[in-house]
Amino acid sequence: MIKQYETVFIATPVLSDTQMKEAVAKYTKLITDNGGEVVYEEDWGLKQLAYPIQHKTSGFYYLIQFKADPQFVSTLETQYHRDERIIRFLTVALDKDSIAYAEHRREVRAGKAAAPKAEQAPAEPEQVEEETENVEE
Amino acid sequence: MAAIENNEIRYLNPPTVEVRKKKYCRFKKAGIKYVDYKDPEFLKKFLNEQGKILPRRITGTSLKFQRKVAQAVKRARSLALLPYVTDLLK
Repeated sequence: MIKQYETVFIATPVLSDTQMKEAVAKYTKLITDNGGEVVYEEDWGLKQLAYPIQHKTSGFYYLIQFKADPQFVSTLETQYHRDERIIRFLTVALDKDSIAYAEHRREVRAGKAAAPKAEQAPAEPEQVEEETENVEE
Repeated sequence: MAAIENNEIRYLNPPTVEVRKKKYCRFKKAGIKYVDYKDPEFLKKFLNEQGKILPRRITGTSLKFQRKVAQAVKRARSLALLPYVTDLLK
């Protein structure tokens, strides 16, 4: 059985850009290695925390939406627990309303990213990933 | 003079009838089906200054969505998007 999930993790602010990319790559690889499929990724960047966690007042937020077997979630969370870089995480299952919402949000953000992001920096090819995904149903 | 009929009650000042605006559930009205925990700015509408969840009798949210709002607020709190306790949130 395949279900859709969404996971957000907060990494410590001491990581460099490459270290952060490494951490992200580790988890996306973990998902795909276990027969899952990454649907969407979103980097929220360095954000201020609403309250200190492990004496840190900020952290890198990263969102991954993926499809996987329900048993995989516990392995993912075990990996989060063991990882020193991750200070907080949350994984939630998506139902049909939240999947619709997630798709809508994706479209809105893709539309937004196309206009202002093009001026600031070369936009990451987020949309390309969605199109090349092969849906296993 | 005694012929004045007293079957009608008269007030010196016209009685003030308070017309309250009917509360409504904003989710039902706007057709929102899912409350997102990733949007703290939106969730702040359902919190008081101390970061507590406002009751339904104040916000007018229907029971179905009050549960979803509560769930979303709690998720946002655990991700440090919203504080558990605070002062002067707004």
